[in-house]
Amino acid sequence: MAKKVLTRIPKEEREESAFRRRLRVARHTLLPVVLIVVTTLLVLGAALSLAGYDAGLAGAALWRGAFGSWDAITSATLVRATPLIILALGFALALRGGALNIGGEGQFYAGAIAAAAVAAHVASLPAPMAIGATWVAAFAAGVIWVSVPVLLKLRFGVLEAISTLLMNFVAEALVSWMVQGPLQEPTHIYPQSATLPASAVLPVLPGTRLHLGFGLALVLAGVLWFVFNKTRWGFQLRAASYEPRVVEIISRRNVGAMLAIALLVSGGISALAGATEVGGVSRALYQNLSPGYGFTAIAVALLARLRPGAIILSGVFFGALEAGSAAMQRDAGVPAVIVYVVEAVVIITLLLIEARGWRRREALAGA
Amino acid sequence: MTAHDAAAPALELRDITKWFGSLAALRDVTFTVRPGTLHALLGENGAGKSTLMHIAYGMLRPELGSIRVDGHTVKFRSPRDARAAGIGMVHQHPTSIAAMTVAENVELAMGRQQAARRLGGSVEWVRELSEELGLPLDPLARVESLPISMKQRLEIVKAIVGGARLLLLDEPTAVLAPSEAAELMSVVRDYVAQGNSAVLITHKLAEALANAEEVTVLRRGIVTHRSRADATNAEELADAMIGAAGNLGRSGGPGQREPGEPLIVARDLVLRRAAGPPSRRVIALSVRAGEIVGIAAVEGNGQRELLRTIAGVVPPWSGTLDVRHPVAFIPEDRTTEGLVSELTLTENVVLGDAPGAGWRVDWSAAERRTAELLRVYQVRARGPGARARSLSGGNQQRLVLARALSQEPRVIIAENPARGLDVAAAAAVHRRLAEAAEAGSAVLFHSTDLDEVLERSDRVLVMRQGQVLPAPPGADREEVGRLMLGAE
Repeated sequence: MAKKVLTRIPKEEREESAFRRRLRVARHTLLPVVLIVVTTLLVLGAALSLAGYDAGLAGAALWRGAFGSWDAITSATLVRATPLIILALGFALALRGGALNIGGEGQFYAGAIAAAAVAAHVASLPAPMAIGATWVAAFAAGVIWVSVPVLLKLRFGVLEAISTLLMNFVAEALVSWMVQGPLQEPTHIYPQSATLPASAVLPVLPGTRLHLGFGLALVLAGVLWFVFNKTRWGFQLRAASYEPRVVEIISRRNVGAMLAIALLVSGGISALAGATEVGGVSRALYQNLSPGYGFTAIAVALLARLRPGAIILSGVFFGALEAGSAAMQRDAGVPAVIVYVVEAVVIITLLLIEARGWRRREALAGA
Repeated sequence: MTAHDAAAPALELRDITKWFGSLAALRDVTFTVRPGTLHALLGENGAGKSTLMHIAYGMLRPELGSIRVDGHTVKFRSPRDARAAGIGMVHQHPTSIAAMTVAENVELAMGRQQAARRLGGSVEWVRELSEELGLPLDPLARVESLPISMKQRLEIVKAIVGGARLLLLDEPTAVLAPSEAAELMSVVRDYVAQGNSAVLITHKLAEALANAEEVTVLRRGIVTHRSRADATNAEELADAMIGAAGNLGRSGGPGQREPGEPLIVARDLVLRRAAGPPSRRVIALSVRAGEIVGIAAVEGNGQRELLRTIAGVVPPWSGTLDVRHPVAFIPEDRTTEGLVSELTLTENVVLGDAPGAGWRVDWSAAERRTAELLRVYQVRARGPGARARSLSGGNQQRLVLARALSQEPRVIIAENPARGLDVAAAAAVHRRLAEAAEAGSAVLFHSTDLDEVLERSDRVLVMRQGQVLPAPPGADREEVGRLMLGAE
């Protein structure tokens, strides 16, 4: 029956086969990513050569530092990838609905402060409960932190891209005050909090520094994948980023409320990165705890095209760059800040590809 | 300018072929506009009219064929090149900046040097110019606050100010009331009388015959008719458009259905307005199961607010409103309110699921459902995975309708359901609405086309300045028209 119908449909109206569609999707999603990664590495090599470094030596050091050994992979690359993945997931959730949460850095600190503050009071609890308490506190802190931009957006139409960004500076000032004031360690000498009690410290993979936060990152990615791909809410959120009126009129949803929820949860997720960093790596609250994770995470999420599964991979890629750049500085004398150049190249290349795709779509849409 | 140039066609598209993927949108189309004439371009939805004009305006590049303007071969890389060659386009969907004023939008459309001279002092100038052109506009009004007919005027003023000697008008009268359309046509006539030329894309045969010097008909990307307007007639053009003598009549006559229980009941209803205080009028109305009620009104008389309030898109200001669920709403603007053009057809269908459809989406079931809808409602598309933007206007409307009716609504509210559709597609839309009514739904719709309201309704309501007035049974076009305009 189906076959009979098919023969009568002209070629141009026939549906493409699943295989061809997969091929087309791969061409549109995978190819740009490969292009970006290759471009980035080429630009990096060229820049290093131009600056008078031995690009081969630097590249080898980068690779060794990132993937050279089991220890490099687990204790350096994946540890650095953890906050990047969590922050990128938070960023992606908001941007799925079209909201730009540039405040990952500030939400990270809000979560770090909350985790450090709560940890001091849960020392007597068993580890799972103590860790759970720090995570819940961090999530709540992130929600509260981002609620200011959300309210400003809902009430006065303030652009969240700007308000979340500005909240970052407030957060940094807040950490600075915390480690010299309310949360300063008992001797009041060092600008840091007391070391976390053992029960609030995240367990690690034996023999490595890879902590439970990486597991949390994977779970969060799984949850967001489910929300984006399998739930009505996640789908409507994406639709709203294109055409909010359709979601309001046809799906009868309050798009303002959906975006507010997406932003609030986005802030909560980003704050969890601060909690896992304090609980798993630094084990105390410091100033400058984050080397700009909140901003690097934007590149991570964009490179992954906001797809949770891909965010894990691109998080590992950037984690490797961060880990490798430390080795590069040590072994080849290349300043580690070169990673920021790499991030910039990734973001710009991405935007170029997006712009090209957009223009082609415009032309088609005019037909 | 030599004598040769003056005699050359204002625009000559020769042997144009354009492919979209494996679909031939245009095949060897030759289209010539002589200077000082209005040339009507007719065709069904998806016949290739817009595509041809987008090629003439530099928005698309053809695979084969050449373009000549005033006898000179040109290659347009973008609309900017086309504008420089004196071609202006008035799009179906207004392209002005909504947050800016009329004067500011006109300034943006001017050449750079001209704009520098006029900047700031353009308010009076725009007022005078628009009145001179016969298209009066308030230069200080924000575009977002303008009704669609005013936006259309602005588009034309912009194109003329930009130095266009050849205007491409993409269905300019589709959204206008008859008197507004007549006004617009006389402006275009004046413009052409000054030695300019224009192309009028339209579905309306009478409009083409009454206003154009020449007529070209496209059907599925091929020219099927080309002649002087006074050398042809409506039947010939309809045949060229549709292929054979199509059935233009409606399927079932009015009054064949027995009205049932009331499904829409409004008492003491006061409508909210987009801006400003609520309407002062109090509305009472009732629509029964099996009834098709049409609202006749001139744009801006509260019909939009009424329909959206009943559909539950906008809450009422006060009063009681009893509407049986599920309610299907078919919005006027399918590209910004009906469909998300970036999403696939399946995804667009899922957007229309009832609020109680569950929190998870079964995508494979949705895809099967979509494929079925495409088949039943004869939507021409590559398949459920095609993006909504790849569909022609008529097929988009079929999809919107299919999605709405698949929810088996008790109440159907439709704004201009046949807007921009050709005769056959419009008839199909109304046939579907009539079927739904026969199955026991209540249908309430408005159309800017009075004939459509009169022809497709069991009962006609007139809205004037926020007031709902029943048209007397059996009222003819003139009577209803007088009611609409308050001239009885």
